[in-house]
Amino acid sequence: MDKVQGCGTLSFSLAWWLYMTLTEKILARASGKREVQAGDNVWVSADVLMTHDVCGPGTIGVFKREFGADAKVWDPKRVVIMPDHYIFTADSKSNRNVDILREFAKEQGLPYFYDVIDDPNGKWVFDAQKGPLKRQYGERYAGVCHAALPEKGHTRPGEVLFGTDSHTCMAGAFNEFSTGIGNTDAGFILGTGKLLLKVPATMHFRLEGKLAPGVMAKDVILHLIGEIGFDGATYRAMQFDGPGVASLSMDDRMTIANMAIEAGGKNGIFEFDGQTKATVDARCLLNGTKANYDPVERDGNETFYQELTIHLDQIEPTVACHPDPGQRKLAKSMGHIQLDRAYVGSCTGGKTSDFIAFARILRGKHVKIDTFGVPATPAIARDLQNTRWEDKTIWDILVEAGVRMTENPGCAACLGGPVDTFGRMNTPLKCISATNRNFPGRMGHKDSQVFLASPATVAASALTGHITDPRES
Amino acid sequence: MEAIISGQVFVVKDNIDTDQIIPAQFLNLVPTIHEEYEKLGSYALYGLPTELYPTRFIAPGQLDSQYSIIIGGRNFGCGSSREHAPIALGSANCHVVLAESFARIFFRNCVATGEVYPCECGERLCEVFKTGDHVTINLDQHTVKAEATGKVHAFKSLGDVRPVVDAGGIFNYARKTGMIAARK
Repeated sequence: MDKVQGCGTLSFSLAWWLYMTLTEKILARASGKREVQAGDNVWVSADVLMTHDVCGPGTIGVFKREFGADAKVWDPKRVVIMPDHYIFTADSKSNRNVDILREFAKEQGLPYFYDVIDDPNGKWVFDAQKGPLKRQYGERYAGVCHAALPEKGHTRPGEVLFGTDSHTCMAGAFNEFSTGIGNTDAGFILGTGKLLLKVPATMHFRLEGKLAPGVMAKDVILHLIGEIGFDGATYRAMQFDGPGVASLSMDDRMTIANMAIEAGGKNGIFEFDGQTKATVDARCLLNGTKANYDPVERDGNETFYQELTIHLDQIEPTVACHPDPGQRKLAKSMGHIQLDRAYVGSCTGGKTSDFIAFARILRGKHVKIDTFGVPATPAIARDLQNTRWEDKTIWDILVEAGVRMTENPGCAACLGGPVDTFGRMNTPLKCISATNRNFPGRMGHKDSQVFLASPATVAASALTGHITDPRES
Repeated sequence: MEAIISGQVFVVKDNIDTDQIIPAQFLNLVPTIHEEYEKLGSYALYGLPTELYPTRFIAPGQLDSQYSIIIGGRNFGCGSSREHAPIALGSANCHVVLAESFARIFFRNCVATGEVYPCECGERLCEVFKTGDHVTINLDQHTVKAEATGKVHAFKSLGDVRPVVDAGGIFNYARKTGMIAARK
């Protein structure tokens, strides 16, 4: 990676203010201004507000406390509620929290509530007797919000998405401004549709070349966080563009944008192209959601806070070691780390393409350590159960390799969760994981250790029981 | 809130993320339900690894902490957007987090809820103080004084954030200043 230049300088131009970064363009539009600059405080209108079972009940509590028990949300069509965090658990408070969301959706007439159960008057109770692997959800359940938002047609180029979850930045893959917020700010948006934001300065990451075999988008973002540091993008937008983007699938871009927050970023955003358009158009059409949008494109003369070029072809399988996402090492140098467990799942690493990369390495072999697979959404689980390689489905290939695959998609052990959560580390184990965060205790026990890696590296390591470069498999 | 806050400090290092501030297993508690707000406080900083932090922020069986001030290193509050984090600290009776730097969403949530004053010191005070030290913080002068030695350290002014936290969060502040209508 070359440092092209430090802080951007203004070139001579009378109309310099017309040049804005992708993030600035969206925030200017959403605040009704012709132009904004980094550092401006602006009132931004939300196109979509998303919340889930962990932060939704508190957000609703703030909304009712501040706007009144009978208050109505500013626009029911712009509120998306996706229970996904603590669903398949016998914890009664977690089950109750899904019921709070259902009550609110009913009372407010919200069309985009992706309930766990089908009965609008029912109560959600997880049946622990049935075990964690067999399907226990209804027709509308959508799974992990960040993967489900695009799937259900709620991510559109040029728009503003707020979500009560730090990985909301994942939707930046679709050329939109998306960022995580707290319950109080979300309660304010529920009542007003607006939020006061500071326009972040943009860090520019120009991608060139394409990834070598065995290297995945996850390696790109782990490499990059190692380069700028775990707080290297704090208060900044991270813009990804350049000729290398075309070789990255939408899944790849989602993985990269997802982890902008792990460098402290406010948002991550990709350029718009034919792939973005095809995906967004198809998902909006299929789901009958709003299908018109206005993408933002580059000017070429905009001012960046910092500029970096990333040569995709030079990136190697990368691991972020315990205890933070900035502890970067090459997988090939970490063979001395013995592992107890492997995990593939979450918004970051639980997509169809992630499981395909996982299965490619495990096919016909058997894992040496406890290995867990949690698809991010029901649609991904169906994909894996219906896609065949010769006579076997991806799902069966993984199960035969010894992976414990659950049909119940959700955040699961990515963030620990209640003690009966599938895959949660309840003792101090070492786990290699395709998830996004590895601070102490993230996946359960506070003295456990998590090593973040791509699904390919997780697969190769599951086969050997120690951290392994997938190019050696 | 008074400008002078005195008490014992609890000292932590870099990258104290929201899972260490309030572990995910306790996010089944809803902060706007009173009993659950109280309970959240009893788990504040529960996720700190025991080996690194043998002295606990909350003594066993207690709802509140004996430490009213937390001194931290870089990137305090990184990780998730859970508002439960500043709420747990506030509910545990912590008034100020004085850190070398903050993660963005945590800082914003401190202000939005008005639960704690997020003061940035720039200086590495987590190497200067140790858990249990008595200090006096003056928010007007943005200083922290070590009671044992009398030594005074400056931190950055809270600026426009101060009156919002003083008022108890953005909604109270907006009502107090007439930005939104008073409660009926």
